[in-house]
Amino acid sequence: MSQSEPAVEDLLRDLTPQVLGALVRRYGRFEGCEDAVQEAVLAAAVQWPAEGVPDHPRGWLTAVAHRRLIDQIRSDHARREREWTSADQALPPPDVPDTDDTLLLLFLCCHPTLTAASATALTLRAVGGLTTAEIARAFLVPEATMAARISRAKQRIKAAGSSFTPPEGAEREERLRIVLHVLYLIFNEGYTASSGAELHRSDLAAEAIRLTRMVHAQLPGDGEVTGLLALTLLTHSRRRARTTPAGDLIPLAEQDRTLWDGELIGEGLELVKASLAAPALGPYQLQAAIAATHAAAATASETDWNQVHALYLILERIAPNPMVTLNRAIALAEIAGPETGLELLSALAADERMAGHHRLLSVRAHLRELAGDRAAAHDDYRRAAKATASIAEQRYLERRARRVKV
Amino acid sequence: MKFVIGLHINPAVLDALTDEEKAAIGEGHAAFLRAVKESGELILTQALVDPSQAAVVRVRDGRPVVTDGPFLEAKEYLGGFYLIDCEDKARAVELAAQIPDTAIEGLGVEVRQVMFSDGQLEA
Repeated sequence: MSQSEPAVEDLLRDLTPQVLGALVRRYGRFEGCEDAVQEAVLAAAVQWPAEGVPDHPRGWLTAVAHRRLIDQIRSDHARREREWTSADQALPPPDVPDTDDTLLLLFLCCHPTLTAASATALTLRAVGGLTTAEIARAFLVPEATMAARISRAKQRIKAAGSSFTPPEGAEREERLRIVLHVLYLIFNEGYTASSGAELHRSDLAAEAIRLTRMVHAQLPGDGEVTGLLALTLLTHSRRRARTTPAGDLIPLAEQDRTLWDGELIGEGLELVKASLAAPALGPYQLQAAIAATHAAAATASETDWNQVHALYLILERIAPNPMVTLNRAIALAEIAGPETGLELLSALAADERMAGHHRLLSVRAHLRELAGDRAAAHDDYRRAAKATASIAEQRYLERRARRVKV
Repeated sequence: MKFVIGLHINPAVLDALTDEEKAAIGEGHAAFLRAVKESGELILTQALVDPSQAAVVRVRDGRPVVTDGPFLEAKEYLGGFYLIDCEDKARAVELAAQIPDTAIEGLGVEVRQVMFSDGQLEA
């Protein structure tokens, strides 16, 4: 049986956490198991497309990874003792896992001692089944840099005395929050990639959705997990509408909504409904509800801005953040006029995290343009264009600046 | 996020240092390099020759006109840089503070975010 490479890749990505989970369950030593599984995945990626997928692919991967792990343990012990000579004949873990270890692996990869960048890379490799080279390519860094980052991340987890026992109580809640944050960052990394040279990074958005689905499958009753899945689906539904073929950004109000992905929107809206039934509301649920409000409007002018504003107001209360206030100012301007929105912004400009921030400048430019103050709007668009680190955004802001030029 | 940590140096300032101070700078850079390599934050570093060895190229009437020496006659010039990929600007600044030049008056260490990259390094 011969299979195409993409089909093999998908299969490997699905099997990676299952095989890794089975090994870690038996042997502990997450870092060694993770290396062994990565080697098995690399071997399969070469052999399977050429020789066909084995009848029991998971068993194959588990056996190869197990052999690598035993080799590695044996060489660790070789100089000192011979204890592994008999124990290393142990059979690999059974082919049929009795539990889904995805969540436990995510809890390990998103260990609080790691930076978000390290947790992101490790998650993509250990749970997502991506190779170091693929992750390096997605983040536009050399493979050696990414390999060092992943290896350091695993050392840190080991030093922190990692175990496969899930954290409990408040610690578990906190860890789940980090997991969701890491998944959100992976999604964003892919979503904000826009220009031609960076197109392959959009795979990261799809990968984040796939991983979030895995978490949701294990925790279907968790409102924030459901909220994050809904938010990513609803945001991803607009991917075809948000840039021109040349890579220029198209703002929400000007997008061709017939290009939005109706299937993703349908699924996202259902999930939002389900997530809002949860006993407590969190930031992902609220952001998903805002995205759902936009998705429900057939045209920009039909947007229920009162609802968007009310949702931002709640979000601002439960998770105060100047970026949220900034977004609320846009909604406020839609319902109460640009001057009211600008008043809210002037309070924000006093926040030192926001003074001179390109998002504040670009929103203020937009509201000043709506208010008819073209000279000031022009000035703000230009300053925002200078302050951003995104070329696509810079081009967009310069275009706006030219448009309002007096 | 990618940042260039640019090292602006002043030969007069460097010449005035004692041998021990010069050696300490070299060791400081070596230690920094080791640390950012191990943490998976270094992409690459390059050090540049003396600006007297530079050539400024202009094309006039379709012909290259080449002048030896730096574009700007200045006391300070770009001596080299580290290209790093790290969490955020705060981390880039934290890393820059580990570079020995930051402790010496007259040497400049400048952090700037990268906006666009292309070439072999991406692969």
